Amino acid sequence: MFGSEFFVDPSRCIGCRSCMTACAECDSHRGVSMIHVDYLDRPDMIATVPMVCMHCEEPTCAMVCPADAIKRGEDGVVRSALKPRCIACSNCVLACPFGVPKVHVDLELMMKCDMCYDRTSVGLRPMCATVCPSQALTFVPPEQVARERREQPVNVFQFGNQTVRTKVSIMLPPGAPALSVDAADYMWEEEHARGDQSQEAFVD
Amino acid sequence: MAKRPDAAAPILERYGPHGNYVPPGGWDRAARGDYRLVKTHCCFCGQQCGIQLKVQENQVVGFEPWEDFPYNRGMLCPKGVKRYLQGPHPDRLLRSLERTPEGFQEISYEEALRIATEKLTAIREKYGPDAIAIYGGASMVTEKAYLLGKFARVAVGTRNIDYNGRLCMVSAGTAYKLALGVDRAPNPMSDVPETEVLLVLGANVAECAPIATSYIWRMRDNGGRLIVVDPRMTPISRNADLYLPVRPGTDLALLLGMLHVIVREGLVDTEYLKSHTTGWEAVRESAAKWDPETAARVCGVPPDNIVKAALMFGRAKKAMAIHARGIEHHSKGVENCLAVINLCLATGNMGAPGRGCFMITGQGNGQGGREHGQKCDQLPGARSITDPEARRHIAGVWGIPEESLPGPGLTAQEIMNAIHAGEIKALFSMCFNPLVSLPDARHTREALEKLEFFGVIDFFLSETAQHADLVFAGSTQEEDEGVIASSEGRVQKINKAVDPPGEARSDAKIVTDLAHRLGKGQHFPYTSTREIFEELRVASRGGIADYYGITWERVEKEYGVFWPCPSLDHPGTLRLFEDGRFYHGDGKAHMQVTEYRQSGDPPSSDFPIYLTTGRVVSQFLSGTQTRRIGPLVDLYPEPRCEIHPRLAGQLGIADGDWVKVTTRRNSVTVQAQVVRTIRPDTVFIPYHWPGPRSANNLTHRTLDPRSKIPEFKVSACRVEKTQPPADLSGIRKAETGIAGAVPAVEGRL
Repeated sequence: MFGSEFFVDPSRCIGCRSCMTACAECDSHRGVSMIHVDYLDRPDMIATVPMVCMHCEEPTCAMVCPADAIKRGEDGVVRSALKPRCIACSNCVLACPFGVPKVHVDLELMMKCDMCYDRTSVGLRPMCATVCPSQALTFVPPEQVARERREQPVNVFQFGNQTVRTKVSIMLPPGAPALSVDAADYMWEEEHARGDQSQEAFVD
Repeated sequence: MAKRPDAAAPILERYGPHGNYVPPGGWDRAARGDYRLVKTHCCFCGQQCGIQLKVQENQVVGFEPWEDFPYNRGMLCPKGVKRYLQGPHPDRLLRSLERTPEGFQEISYEEALRIATEKLTAIREKYGPDAIAIYGGASMVTEKAYLLGKFARVAVGTRNIDYNGRLCMVSAGTAYKLALGVDRAPNPMSDVPETEVLLVLGANVAECAPIATSYIWRMRDNGGRLIVVDPRMTPISRNADLYLPVRPGTDLALLLGMLHVIVREGLVDTEYLKSHTTGWEAVRESAAKWDPETAARVCGVPPDNIVKAALMFGRAKKAMAIHARGIEHHSKGVENCLAVINLCLATGNMGAPGRGCFMITGQGNGQGGREHGQKCDQLPGARSITDPEARRHIAGVWGIPEESLPGPGLTAQEIMNAIHAGEIKALFSMCFNPLVSLPDARHTREALEKLEFFGVIDFFLSETAQHADLVFAGSTQEEDEGVIASSEGRVQKINKAVDPPGEARSDAKIVTDLAHRLGKGQHFPYTSTREIFEELRVASRGGIADYYGITWERVEKEYGVFWPCPSLDHPGTLRLFEDGRFYHGDGKAHMQVTEYRQSGDPPSSDFPIYLTTGRVVSQFLSGTQTRRIGPLVDLYPEPRCEIHPRLAGQLGIADGDWVKVTTRRNSVTVQAQVVRTIRPDTVFIPYHWPGPRSANNLTHRTLDPRSKIPEFKVSACRVEKTQPPADLSGIRKAETGIAGAVPAVEGRL
């Protein structure tokens, strides 16, 4: 599995939550899932979205951690908080732009997806991406994604003034080079200030 | 007689359902790493995904994906992920049970055999063999299905054996047999990514055959387009190029409308029809009156979209249709399937990669379970029980005089009707929970209470088994071995992972022992399941479902073998009709005229709303297994009634309100889920639950005249806001009784 990367395609998700149930099978967080699946708006649609840790190049969770408990390995995987250091302050929970970390009050510990370090380190695929019946979560070489998928990977996200680059990619329709969640990024007035430049900068 | 003991509480306390959350021996033991892996397949649906079970100390403690198995490549749905929790389960039957006035008493296996023999013999002597009915199921391996068919006809001598696939695959099977001469999906699922247009009819693929979704998405990656026909926006409709919310019970009008447009626009493959089919002229005539406007008035889909769908399907170089219970659970289920076949044949879409039709089987062995003899009208090899040559062949293999072989018997619902009418006095059932799965549950309960003897083989005490006089503690799938045939007609091997615990026995052993006690031991000389398979190979030889060339070794080595496979050097048949020959004597497909007619429980002013039923992804069929797996129960704990905000508004119903849904039979009270993803004239309730919330309290017993499938997919109902049931917790405890620990993290969904 070396050379493989993690891709999330929300448009493929069927909301079955196989990823969550399989995640909960892990020896290190028994019966508890580190990832989640949400309905966008169940009253109006059936669309669901799976969310794993995006493993940011400069993890916001680590930057805001007062106890220096969150580490990013050389492999680019951002680990759960270190138990001896974590003070369960929830700064990371509040700061993560993707809403990934969770503090487990009973354990006084932040835990989150570590991309199945126990599996990837021995050449296996992460559990959720292995079982996902629609392959909304997939762990394959980038060349395979480029060859087989009609959606395209994006790993740069604009949250207001913060640009976040991630190890995990989100699949977007062709022609959407980056994902911004700020309406201002789509406004004409912003064109000279940031819009076009940043759009170009996002192209990998 | 077979009344449930009055004291329900002790039954629930001992036999559940309880939710199991933790691997046997706890997480610490499971984490030890000293497990062995057993390659086998999932115990649930007809996809039959490959899976590896982790085994420690004769217990299944977890799973590991099996990425080499070609169908699913390691993919699994949540049911497959958590299925290991059903094995070492607190509710598990470990000894046989006899019902006494004080409740169920544990008895020895020998004693159970003695009682069953005595009762069955007495009833046969008093009323004749046909007063005994046998129920089987399509979750059993093929060897067991074969054994049960032989047991009924040779050891008991009854013609009345049928199975729960009668609630599942028979409409499709009947239609394919009629039109194509063979009851099997013609194409493998790997054809789906190759097609240009995929028409999905009445198939909630994402929830009921989740792995198939990956094939559909790959088709879209390749530029293919998706048409979804369903009264509900099921999860795959999020990527549909065309969504047709057909009114329940009117699929046939839509299909005839599409055929009309295909004829009108000259999209018919006349060359193909001429060379390979009969009956086209009459079929074409029958579609003449179904112009898009006429069809639209019946099926409630815009005429323009009927035209669009027909043009997409008809103009594609390669098109496929996939269907499931949504079009099959109807009193015209066979016609609906025939109309799909007609659409494919008319456009020449048959027998080639990316061209054809596909029926999605519901149960694990939905395909194999109906081929070899537990279906009331069939003998092994998918042979007709009325065909003299077939009868001679099977009588020869079984070593019995042909005249002693009974003729066709009653179908599953007809058997229950005959029990209710007092014509059938005893029932022996395995792998079937009719109290939850048959329509009109009150009728089923009344019928069960009239039985003079009711014997069951099961590994949990299902709601139906609670009515039994005698329960044998049988085997789970992981305690058994044998073959199944998946949705694709791929024969695969279920491998035994563990031995049955306590005094539970393998189902095949129980049936074999009982045959011996009934004095027919010479016809049941088996000491292993493999011996049954070897006999089945010979019995199926020369039949339509010919397994003669299939061995357990080949199945393992080749990742399954597609039947028909008539000889050891035959590669198996991945795709049917590639040579343009069909399985009728003349080699042609026999196109059948389909006449539209109303469903059996039409709406009226008292019952103005359509009710349709179905499944959710985290539960399986009658829930005997999945209502005992805690993490699955948590994903969707209670049945809810999906209702459109427009209808909910008219009725003053808000999301989460308790609603009473009433049909001409009965009513149930469940919570409303107000969603825009269902037609405003239709409500939906999933059917996996028993008791007062069972959707099958509401459904009706109208059958398709040919397939005898009940019309689960359309009933007339009214819906009204009501008060929460008085003792809410009481209901939950009594009916689901989830007593396991609540998981540490709240579910986000």
